[in-house]
Amino acid sequence: MIATPEVLIVGGGPAGLAAARETVGAGCDTVVLDDALEPGGQLVKQTHKFFGSEMEYAGVRGIKIPEILLREVSDSPKLKILLRTTASGYYEDGVVTAIFQDKKVLKFKPKKLIIATGAQEKTILFPNNDMPGVYGAGAVQTLMNVYGVAPGTRGLMIGAGNIGLIVSYQLRQAGIAVAAVVEALDRIGGYWVHASKIARLKIPILTRHTIIEALGEENVTGAIIAQIDDNWLPIPGTEREIECDFICLAVGLSPLSDLFRLAECEMVFVPEFGGDVPLRDTNMETSTKGIYVAGDVGGIEEASSAIIEGALAGISTAFSLGKNIPDYERRNRELRDELVSLRSGPVGEHIRSGIAKCRISAKTEVG
Amino acid sequence: MRIENHPILEFKHGKKVGFTFEGEELSGYEGEPIAAALHDHGVQVLRYSIRHNRPRGFFCAIGHCSSCLMEVDGIPNVRVCTEPLAAGMVVRRQRGKGELR
Ligand SMILES: Cc1cc2nc3c(=O)[nH]c(=O)nc-3n(C[C@H](O)[C@H](O)[C@H](O)COP(=O)(O)OP(=O)(O)OC[C@H]3O[C@@H](n4cnc5c(N)ncnc54)[C@H](O)[C@@H]3O)c2cc1C
Repeated sequence: MIATPEVLIVGGGPAGLAAARETVGAGCDTVVLDDALEPGGQLVKQTHKFFGSEMEYAGVRGIKIPEILLREVSDSPKLKILLRTTASGYYEDGVVTAIFQDKKVLKFKPKKLIIATGAQEKTILFPNNDMPGVYGAGAVQTLMNVYGVAPGTRGLMIGAGNIGLIVSYQLRQAGIAVAAVVEALDRIGGYWVHASKIARLKIPILTRHTIIEALGEENVTGAIIAQIDDNWLPIPGTEREIECDFICLAVGLSPLSDLFRLAECEMVFVPEFGGDVPLRDTNMETSTKGIYVAGDVGGIEEASSAIIEGALAGISTAFSLGKNIPDYERRNRELRDELVSLRSGPVGEHIRSGIAKCRISAKTEVG
Repeated sequence: MRIENHPILEFKHGKKVGFTFEGEELSGYEGEPIAAALHDHGVQVLRYSIRHNRPRGFFCAIGHCSSCLMEVDGIPNVRVCTEPLAAGMVVRRQRGKGELR
């Protein structure tokens, strides 16, 4: 049997939930698929207070946000959230297949599809990078913050961007030692608030360093790190051994954009966004009519922008289905303005440059 | 190892249940990912890779990277980072592609 909701949303992170809040609020029959055990995407493991604008819950701890996003619509009969359900295919007749709890294949033929699948962590090359004990930093966050299990007793963090810094701090909160934070750049990529917390804990941040190899037989028992030169090549003689029983990689994220490719949406490789992303218009619609993009899958950014993009995709979808949305044009413009202001200033520069590479000018553009 | 006394988090655990790993009786909390329960007992090696027989463990925690495939109740290729633990599960390290019975 093929289910025919008006809107199918793949991914129940901040982008997907914000989209659902809008489509359900406008009266669309909406199904949300998420492959995790609970909704919320990356947010469920984020115990720190959020940066970002107030409209998008800055100052609130990340783990509380899914609950707040769903509050207005959680009782609506129009909303169905299927967890542990992985969207696995898209066919030329517009059918999306999904594996439900590893047991059953479900089929959907929605009128509109919003893809908000987020991103996955990247890895880097070094001997033994596949050894148990080499973990994504986000994965370690899930293990310790959601399930209360320690990944090990002493970790080495690779990457001093926000994720590397935040997870290092959270490891210490959980009583787990951090040997050092290693960063290839000559500066710290993350925000100073996070970096200074690490400095206060006396965890060394080693810029212009990289990991040479992970040590161990069956699992990590240490690591070799070294200084690098201007060409990012290890400087002989600077190698040293670090004692640790796990290594966290916080070396960036890459969009999980396969479904767009299956749906033959036009894609473009955008280095600023971590990989291949679909072209989109200002309403978040891709080159394939009726398929929308929102959040990290369209370009690695942050939860605040994922929420606004989700809301924008949600109201645009509902509007295109002919739902009555009071003040549609004003709300649409407000959301777009909010994105512009989030992406303003020097911090937003690489995002602006990324957006410029994947814009299609919309015929349906409002205002 | 479980994290006790966290300064800002309180962990809501399901009820304690027993399962077996490679024939050994272990316990964990119902509903948590199998990988979390195994980590609590210090089990990091979850399978051996197909071509070079190298040990593999937990990596992405979102069911995408295929590093953590194990045999659960006789079924191979189960992603234990997202598969909830249930009482009486029989969990084994997977070697290679696993076998369908
Ligand atoms: C350590 C860390 C700290 C951060 N701190 C901040 C911060 O302070 N402020 C901020 O604004 N942002 C922060 N971010 C970024 C923020 O978490 C992300 O930008 C945001 O979660 C992106 O939302 P999303 O909905 O696009 O994707 P996600 O949150 O990744 O959600 C995507 C969901 O889709 C599911 N999914 C994927 N593929 C499928 C499929 N095929 N079928 C079904 N479901 C699927 C995934 O399991 C997931 O649940 C942080 C990120 C990290 C990792």
